[in-house]
Amino acid sequence: MNGVHDMGGMHGMGPIQNEKKEPVFHEPWEGRVFAMNRAAAAWHKWNIDASRHAKELLPPADYLRMSYYEKFYAGLVELLIVSGLVTRAEIESGKGAQGSAIATPPLTAEQALVLVAKGVPASRNLQVPPRFQTGQRVRARNIHPVGHTRLPRYARGKLGVVDRDHGVFVFPDTNAHFLGEKPQHVYSVRFAARELWGEQAAPQDSVYLDLWDDYLEPA
Amino acid sequence: MTTTRRDFLAAAAATAGAAMTPDLNHAHQHGHEHQAVPSDPALRVKALESLLVEKGLVDRAALDTLVDAYEHKIGPRNGARVVARAWADPAYKQRLLTNADAAIAELGYGGMQGEHMLVVENTPKVHNMIVCTLCSCYPWPVLGLPPVWYKSAPYRSRSVIDPRGVLREFGLDLPADVEVRVWDSTAELRYLVLPERPAGTEHLNEEQLAALVTRDSLVGVAKVAPPQAGASA
Repeated sequence: MNGVHDMGGMHGMGPIQNEKKEPVFHEPWEGRVFAMNRAAAAWHKWNIDASRHAKELLPPADYLRMSYYEKFYAGLVELLIVSGLVTRAEIESGKGAQGSAIATPPLTAEQALVLVAKGVPASRNLQVPPRFQTGQRVRARNIHPVGHTRLPRYARGKLGVVDRDHGVFVFPDTNAHFLGEKPQHVYSVRFAARELWGEQAAPQDSVYLDLWDDYLEPA
Repeated sequence: MTTTRRDFLAAAAATAGAAMTPDLNHAHQHGHEHQAVPSDPALRVKALESLLVEKGLVDRAALDTLVDAYEHKIGPRNGARVVARAWADPAYKQRLLTNADAAIAELGYGGMQGEHMLVVENTPKVHNMIVCTLCSCYPWPVLGLPPVWYKSAPYRSRSVIDPRGVLREFGLDLPADVEVRVWDSTAELRYLVLPERPAGTEHLNEEQLAALVTRDSLVGVAKVAPPQAGASA
């Protein structure tokens, strides 16, 4: 979706605030909401792409105003309700509905350590033929999906060169909407900065994006 | 896809309103611009945790473990050790640049949000920097959780269109003949910059080298300062 989250190349966002000796979490609640996101994901009611999309669907003004962990909270609550794990009434009251069953958490402390150490790979060990080769000139497609996508607006329609093939990965545009993983190759594609931004960019500079087969066409 | 999105959107609007704003109707009438920042996120998060624990959806001990892992165990010192090893051991550096996952695992690091790693090398003629314009993707196993500036709109918006200006804001003014490569983390690849080894460090051991390496240099918004220049960000 052409949302406010797709920020590459926007102006007017102000200077960068580099806080010295920044803590990992500024408040304890940030750590709790971070951890709840990971623990609740262990129900496998959603995936990382759906989780990203939930934040993208926040109203734009809220998205810009909220801190990172406020967005985590809002996205998590939304996913919990959409997936049926909790009801809106339960969120509002802070209490489980009367007579509702008590579940067994899928992620124990021990399993949390395994999750941290192993992660959740998005690659798929499948023999999917690549549509493009290293060194090939490609154009990022000029598409504007209303759903989740990882093709930023600033690269659409632009010419690049395949720098390397990363292998086969889950496709976010379908996975975020529970329409299947549609595994396909992801490539690092080099775009000259001047192709993206015109003469204002330095001639030798470039931006590399990781793009799926479905985002590219031969050029 | 549209139906799913509508469902998502309806839930998002309802949820954002119910959970974050007491006055949803008022806000909607005015196109959201008057929605208040949640007055006390700490209370809302605490209430959510109580609810999820009560329903058996999450285990409090698992939450404690996750917070502890990222608050105390996983952070940029990991990435600094990887870089120090690469500086000290040319064979390791080759492995790191050709198969980062395996090379990083040699030091015992890896896992969530670092399942697929790529290391990009800075040289006197090439400067790499990392961003995620679409969200805030960051290589957790080697750098920990990202700082606020990395997740902020200014960094995400400007890094790709004006990397040299961004670097100047971090105090790094690159000569015109240096090539800047910006890596936008749009997929599940996570990036680590291998900074240039500063001059005057030939006598240092790996541990001393690691102590010089800053988080910002591993994201590519700073260089590693030589020892006599003292500590930096």
